[in-house]
Amino acid sequence: MDYIFDGSYLGYLCCVFEAFERKEFDSIPKTGKAAEITLFSEKRMISTDTKKANRILTGMEKIIGKQETIFFYHNFLSDNQIEWLNGFRLIVELFRKKQLDIHNYGYPPILRLHQSIKKINRERHRMKAFIRFVKSNDYLYTAVVEPDFNVIPLVVQFFKNRFADQCWLIYDLRRNYGFHYDGNTVVEVSPNESDEIRDPYQLEVDLDPQEKAYQHLWKTYFKSTTIESRKNVKLHLRHVPKRYWKYLVEKI
Amino acid sequence: MFGFDDKLQILADAAKYDVSCSSSGSKRKNNGGIGDSSASGICHTYTEDGRCVSLLKILMTNFCIYDCSFCVSRRSNDVQRAAFSVKEVVELTMNFYRRNYIEGLFLSSGIFKSADYTMERLMLVVKKLRTEERFNGYIHLKAIPGASESLLKEAGLYVDRMSVNLEIPTEAGLKLVAPEKDHQSVREPLTIIKNEIQNVQQDRKTNKKIPLFVPAGQSTQMVIGATPESDFQIMEAANTFYKDYNLKRVYYSGYIPINATDSNLPQIGTAPPLVRENRLYQTDWLLRFYGFSLHEILNSKHQDLDLEIDPKLAWALRNPQFFPIDINTANYNWIIRIPGIGRQSAKKIIQARKYGKLKEHQVQKIGIAYNRAKYFMLCQDTLITAGFHYPEKIRKSILEHNPQSQIKGPNSQLTLF
Ligand code: SF4
Repeated sequence: MDYIFDGSYLGYLCCVFEAFERKEFDSIPKTGKAAEITLFSEKRMISTDTKKANRILTGMEKIIGKQETIFFYHNFLSDNQIEWLNGFRLIVELFRKKQLDIHNYGYPPILRLHQSIKKINRERHRMKAFIRFVKSNDYLYTAVVEPDFNVIPLVVQFFKNRFADQCWLIYDLRRNYGFHYDGNTVVEVSPNESDEIRDPYQLEVDLDPQEKAYQHLWKTYFKSTTIESRKNVKLHLRHVPKRYWKYLVEKI
Repeated sequence: MFGFDDKLQILADAAKYDVSCSSSGSKRKNNGGIGDSSASGICHTYTEDGRCVSLLKILMTNFCIYDCSFCVSRRSNDVQRAAFSVKEVVELTMNFYRRNYIEGLFLSSGIFKSADYTMERLMLVVKKLRTEERFNGYIHLKAIPGASESLLKEAGLYVDRMSVNLEIPTEAGLKLVAPEKDHQSVREPLTIIKNEIQNVQQDRKTNKKIPLFVPAGQSTQMVIGATPESDFQIMEAANTFYKDYNLKRVYYSGYIPINATDSNLPQIGTAPPLVRENRLYQTDWLLRFYGFSLHEILNSKHQDLDLEIDPKLAWALRNPQFFPIDINTANYNWIIRIPGIGRQSAKKIIQARKYGKLKEHQVQKIGIAYNRAKYFMLCQDTLITAGFHYPEKIRKSILEHNPQSQIKGPNSQLTLF
């Protein structure tokens, strides 16, 4: 049985709620897009209900603790059906047995959960590092990215603390949404609410007059720091995989 | 035409030989201005030689009144000279930081006119960044040996880390390539800063309002392979400086030949000793985080590190009497001594074994270097064979089957363990 939810974490948790209500523990949480492909399996539409989702969350926190409950959120941000299913089955197990040894790395599904979280954390760390802001003439600093996983929500607080006195926009082009900070609060933005968001490197007209100069200086700096006699392209590529280059000033 | 771009190129180029780049270990919080340095270090990019770029690392100037022969900025070297103004460094730092290119600034300098003249300009940069720009990002300042105590102390109010480079591990080696310099002039600023760090820490216990002073501590750097010290001598120097000055880090920088006239130095074209440099870092790591003492790894009998295998494996092969170690019963301090098992996997093993004795296939998946570790550990289902293999045999089969611990060629950089 496929459970079709809206793609939000709360919707995902509602699948767990539903599974218990109907005793359909073998169901598979999916989003509409993924479900179209599997034509022949049975489907049930799951509506997102904040109250139900919160009951699941508090229940989990009671059994495994707050910190550990967040693991499942991070795993969910993997954007991956298989990891979703693994997390879903573990939550079901957690409630059926009224316990879950979340650090039992000898148990394959738990190990898998941690491996998935590790990947998310790596991508989150990379976003802190590889986001590059482009300044436009209205003092907005814009960064556009396409992370492998849906990790932008995990770095918003970091950038809010760090760039507290400048307005910025971080936009996930792959998932088509982002976050805007106006010097006070952060709000989620999607393209139908504001204008279409374009790759800021392609902008010419709206740029701050000094923007190009600083991009150029950064490239100069990047080149000057390489020590020719130590060149090691393989290592370089491992640290800065090619798929990120598109948005890195020094690599364009 | 000699523009700002050329200046940056010259002064970044001259600063690149300083290896320290970390931006961690501070706790400066953003209080409404810009930036923080409370997060653990972030590498924003990597150079094509694979080193991390976390800070804008530049020299204030590459003019220098000294003539240390291992240094590109030495006065007798025929290179283009340039100097930044205080304002230029501040603007560059702020603009790079606001675009999230960097975690902060690493500022160093050749010695221009006098130690105090130079130190004052460095101090003015960091003061301006903190007080006028309200910048809370990371700042690492290279103190100028011979600068007056009051200038050092004032600069210390604004920076996260201070360092003074030892340059060459022994006094005798230093005399060979920089007769005008001595270790004592490095010890002086390190002592001043160390004492002030301790005073401020003491005072802050009772009064939180006292400003931070070099919160990420001090570090130093040695150039290795320029002069003929053994690894034992290098690590002894490091050990002493760690102890005497409470250093946070010692950096080892494999000498890159840049001097064609001094015959004391390796000639241009000689490959930098990258593998050796990496082994020294691994040793440093073992001393600081793995509970090893120096004489276990290097001593008068073993003066140099084995370049073919890492120092933990080398130690294990010399000490077969401690192995195999039972990972289901041994404590953490012993598990991390098993070659191929790092601190994180050791912690995981200890967590996981609470739920039942661990078997080989489970330990393998935890993320250890099984091909190395297997000779040195016992799992629940390990077959007890006829005792410990001969160290030489293990060494051979590890080198054959595990290219990881082999030398990868003169120009590759190795990672830690
Ligand atoms: S004093 Fe410093 S900058 Fe000047 S030549 Fe010696 S090492 Fe180089």
